[in-house]
Amino acid sequence: MAKMYHKEKSIQIKSSASALYNNLGVLRIAPRCLTYFTVVHANVVNMVSASWDGLNYSHRQLQSKEGSMATSSSLIMQAAWCVLPSRDLLVLTSQKGIQMYESDGSIMVYWHALDTPETPTAKAVFARGIAAVRENYICVGVSSGSVLVFDVPSKGSNITLSEVLEEHKEAITDMASECSGSLECIADLVSADDSGLLCMWKSGDDFQLLNKIPGFDTSCSSVKLWKGTVIAGYGTGQIRLYEGVTGILHAEVNAHARWIYSLDIAPFTGLLLSAAEDSWVRVWHLTLTPETNSVEIEHMYNECITDTQICGAKFCDGDGYAFAVTGYDLSEIIRYTQV
Amino acid sequence: MSTRTLPLLFINLGGEMLYILDQRLRAQNIPADKAKKVMNDIITTMFNKNFLEELFKPQELYSKKALRTVFDRLAHASIMRLNQASMDKLYDLMTMAFKYQVLLCPRPKDILLVSFNHMDAIRDFVKDTPSILSQVDETNKQLREIYTALSVGEFQLIRQTLLIFFQDMHIRVSIFLKDKVQNSNGRFVLPTSGPVPYGTQTPGLIRMFSCVGEEVKRLQFQGGGNYNASLREGSFEMYGDRVIKLGTNMYSVSRPVETHMSGTSKNSSQHTKVNTTPNPLAKEELNMLARLMGGLEVQKTTNIDSGFRVNLFATDEEEEEAFISRPDDLSYEVLNIQATKDKQTNAELAKIMGEFGEAGETTPSSSSKGDDLLAMMDGL
Repeated sequence: MAKMYHKEKSIQIKSSASALYNNLGVLRIAPRCLTYFTVVHANVVNMVSASWDGLNYSHRQLQSKEGSMATSSSLIMQAAWCVLPSRDLLVLTSQKGIQMYESDGSIMVYWHALDTPETPTAKAVFARGIAAVRENYICVGVSSGSVLVFDVPSKGSNITLSEVLEEHKEAITDMASECSGSLECIADLVSADDSGLLCMWKSGDDFQLLNKIPGFDTSCSSVKLWKGTVIAGYGTGQIRLYEGVTGILHAEVNAHARWIYSLDIAPFTGLLLSAAEDSWVRVWHLTLTPETNSVEIEHMYNECITDTQICGAKFCDGDGYAFAVTGYDLSEIIRYTQV
Repeated sequence: MSTRTLPLLFINLGGEMLYILDQRLRAQNIPADKAKKVMNDIITTMFNKNFLEELFKPQELYSKKALRTVFDRLAHASIMRLNQASMDKLYDLMTMAFKYQVLLCPRPKDILLVSFNHMDAIRDFVKDTPSILSQVDETNKQLREIYTALSVGEFQLIRQTLLIFFQDMHIRVSIFLKDKVQNSNGRFVLPTSGPVPYGTQTPGLIRMFSCVGEEVKRLQFQGGGNYNASLREGSFEMYGDRVIKLGTNMYSVSRPVETHMSGTSKNSSQHTKVNTTPNPLAKEELNMLARLMGGLEVQKTTNIDSGFRVNLFATDEEEEEAFISRPDDLSYEVLNIQATKDKQTNAELAKIMGEFGEAGETTPSSSSKGDDLLAMMDGL
């Protein structure tokens, strides 16, 4: 196999990554030639702003402070940037609720508290799964299986909870919106849960359920939606490709030896990144042929991050020219770029 | 995160503690009757009915400090005494062993098999004492009832919660270094070969389907690594073959608990980071801890002459040296509480803490009376 990517200088972070699904956030700020990264460590989010020339790194740590309350600090489940046409927001989900920050992490603009019981119950309470949808929606999953839809104005903090979607019975694991930018795709959003169930949604004043794709006794830990195709990664190490609206299974890949933690797609090229607890990061290539309604997947590249259970992997650009990886107990973000 | 984590953490750490103590009791030639008494007393305390009732209630994990306090108490539930350096070492070995098991267990659900391996060994320790055996079996039953009903997602959450608990602990352990399952920087070796977890296919196959579900194309890919098919699934029954070996006793006469100093990460650059931010959970946690430990019966050492000390080091000099040279950031700073507010809770805690007086800790003088528990935590 030809060497497709080579390792770049790593970015050090202030505290190590926790073992959580999709534990790496990447936001590219082209006008300023900067890339932002986030990695969750227990009750802290490490944020790094890195200049493209590799000369400047600035660090910031966000605590999971719950609104203005001086209550206990809770564990964070996920941090992700939501890119809407009018603004970018950094969204944090925790055991206590959902926090939305300006994209540089400077100001918290919104706080949504989860209903937490007085004494702990057998079922844990948390929010997990974050996606920006179309013009003005940010959707966040909850451990009860609910999907919260927030309506976000183009500026200001007047964010409102506009709808709660109740189709999942188990904890939401991940969510993704259509990333090709194509308006022809009917489905805008896919939500996944601990039972492996996938729900396809069309956004609007009322979100519409388009289809349910059943699971198979394992969690779907990471999901992506590209040109109407759902790409789902599972606890069995499998990747499955479905046509979202019909639920037709296009492909099934025995991709990893252990639990998949992260998937990402480069929307311009169809490159797919998968990463798992088995220390492997793999790059795949997806080809869609609309005429025959077929989807093909081909394996391109492997990288082993020795002795690391990978918890986050993301492309750093829309072409898949570079990607970044982090893993449990690792205090760095490892970067690779194409040769 | 998962509110079902504490019982598994406690039982597995407790199991590792028993393995180590069993080995040290033999190595130090402690008379069989005394050694037996120590093991029986500790196991009786561990599986005390009231204690387990509190333990199995859904709750968040304690801080490292609080849990260490529980195990200090447990280790001293009999006539055996450990001084600070030996207790530190014991706790290091226990925690690194269970971290290794959590990290390496093939599927999140296999944490339960690891727990059963510990439970099976504990049963064996007390097989001649029916009253204790029935206590252990009762716990086994409870474990099965609660945990076999959980989904894979819930087990993954438990595993992730445990991994957060053990995060940044990189203490080097001789037996792991010797077995080449731990690197000199304290990180564990993760194999990219051998059997895949039960229910997982070996990586390397792509299958593509037509719209009507027919397989139209099959491709192999080179994924690296050298995996083979999974072993059969271990038994989740009361008795049975657990198949996986994680959680079984790794110490034996020929593989003793290492007692020389290289085991601790004296010169390692990556120490456990002590959380220096004040913990607002402290008060809540202290109350939980008091409730939990209230269930731990206090074993009175009536005859002081029958007591003895166990050393986790080869000689007393080495132990002393370890105590002095232990880096501050690796110190567990065992909770030292002079409670004042809730009379009952405090009396209980004071009683519990009184047990450790001989280890030579000093009590914070600022917290003499009438203070808030939170304020007292600052002095610790």
